[in-house]
Amino acid sequence: MIVSVASGKGGTGKTSVAVNMALSISNLQLLDCDVEEPNAHLLLHSNMHRIEPVYVLVPSVNEELCYHCGECANFCQYNALFSTSEKVLFFPELCHSCGGCIIACPRQAIAEEKSRIGTLKFGAVGELKLVYGELDVGKPLVVPLIKAVKKQIDNNKNVIIDAPVGTSCPVIETVRGSDFCLLVTEPTPFGLHDLKITVEVLRKMEVPFAVIVNRAGIGDKKVNTYCKKENICILLEIPYQRKIAELYSKGIPFSLEMPEWKDKFQTLFNKIRKLVEE
Amino acid sequence: MKQLTVLSGKGGTGKTTITACLAVLARNAVIADCDVDAPDLHMLLHPEVLKTQEFKGSKIAVIDKTKCDNCGLCREKCRFEAITEAADVDPVACEGCGVCYAICPENAVTLIERVSGYAYISRTKYGFMAHALLSAGEANSGKLVTLVRRNAGILCKNENGTLIIVDGPPGIGCPVIASVTGVDVSLVVTEPTISGIHDLQRALRLLEHFSVKPLVCINMYDINKDNTEKILSFCEENNTDVAGRIPFNLKVTEAMVNGKTIIEYSPGSDVAKEIKDIWESCKDSLNLGNA
Repeated sequence: MIVSVASGKGGTGKTSVAVNMALSISNLQLLDCDVEEPNAHLLLHSNMHRIEPVYVLVPSVNEELCYHCGECANFCQYNALFSTSEKVLFFPELCHSCGGCIIACPRQAIAEEKSRIGTLKFGAVGELKLVYGELDVGKPLVVPLIKAVKKQIDNNKNVIIDAPVGTSCPVIETVRGSDFCLLVTEPTPFGLHDLKITVEVLRKMEVPFAVIVNRAGIGDKKVNTYCKKENICILLEIPYQRKIAELYSKGIPFSLEMPEWKDKFQTLFNKIRKLVEE
Repeated sequence: MKQLTVLSGKGGTGKTTITACLAVLARNAVIADCDVDAPDLHMLLHPEVLKTQEFKGSKIAVIDKTKCDNCGLCREKCRFEAITEAADVDPVACEGCGVCYAICPENAVTLIERVSGYAYISRTKYGFMAHALLSAGEANSGKLVTLVRRNAGILCKNENGTLIIVDGPPGIGCPVIASVTGVDVSLVVTEPTISGIHDLQRALRLLEHFSVKPLVCINMYDINKDNTEKILSFCEENNTDVAGRIPFNLKVTEAMVNGKTIIEYSPGSDVAKEIKDIWESCKDSLNLGNA
């Protein structure tokens, strides 16, 4: 079973929920797909076994064969290629690696070469396996790195995926193929607003989901009212406690210091399993 | 015309809360909400929308089933796994590259423009505002950010303004890069947590990469004073200016629930006072003087 943990608003406790749940379940693999700012390893203090570079394919123009007809630039929907009468200019930050320019070139003057966008990192804490991606600073392309992390999914394990923040392409790529998605929010106007957007995305994607309210007790009750009205199940509420915030600030998953939460996260995971099996 | 982007790397550190306060304090700055995935600034600044623009950021392939003989060539060549066994286009996966269009032997594919969201030009009590909303499940947020910034630039020019304040999205990828390129100063909002420190360092490296002057502010600094010290000494070692430290105060959430900035809701609070000082530091960094 693959469960992803997502949130439209940042800082609602997505990584905290993913890590604490991961630590409470056996035979588990945790994937951190928040490749712009991966944080799960900071809470897990995992041993790093292996690091692999991740590449995307980008065009490389053989100027000896090219006669600057401009077909490649004409074809590229992302304006990543610009053809002058002497040279083809390439802007790698705009390239989506679709391979279209190679097809468009009438002289077979374009080949592909690898361009590094980040790294895959493999770690473990006891039995728990962690895989995460880390985007190289200054690189804009997030989706191919997320795909590389997701290729590491081990189907013989329970899989939890920590998704990136927001509601656009990186989140969609991460959640695609999950059996269930947990939406973490906080009971504030910002939390509710961003939750509504995320719910719309998940409904469009047809991935079943439920909500976790973190820092319950602050703000107002409108998240609960909204969920009730929309028939969205709130599977867990984590009350606002300064102790939880302080443990998080030190990089300690709170279920390790507050063992009653281990049971709650196990129950949560079992509830999800039941919902998925239905 | 100067530009200040409020950034954070890590989400939920208080970026939008602080941006809204700066907008109130600046008076007549143009405000740009570049968190187009999950924009929240409007809930504090209550813009009145003057103009709505369609955002056509990409194209999508459409397969004409009367021409298609399901040869599977498009499915094979599509690198985004956007074409199903039944030769339907998955609108979420399709990036509109046009490869299927180019190779289809039956000419059954067309590329059409898709509306991926809306950009708005609005008025608030504190100045004009450019903002947007990406439609659910759409891509190309970077391009929409660029459109919002272009709109903000036009507003600022038309109004003879001196400053644009940009609320950036979290992370360091495409929409963040689009939010910081060409700005004068970026105020990076962090928190004294292990993740906050990690993400701050990555955000600072990004700003260095794009030659933007950083200014750091530590929100909820008293949640972990040891980590606050670590951030302060890290900034000192790296010659990065610290604009201020904001204490944790539940009044900030109360203000949000009431749809107000903390400056309006509780002007005498410790948080409001500190943010006023931070605004002064921003002005210094931007060389805005007392204009």
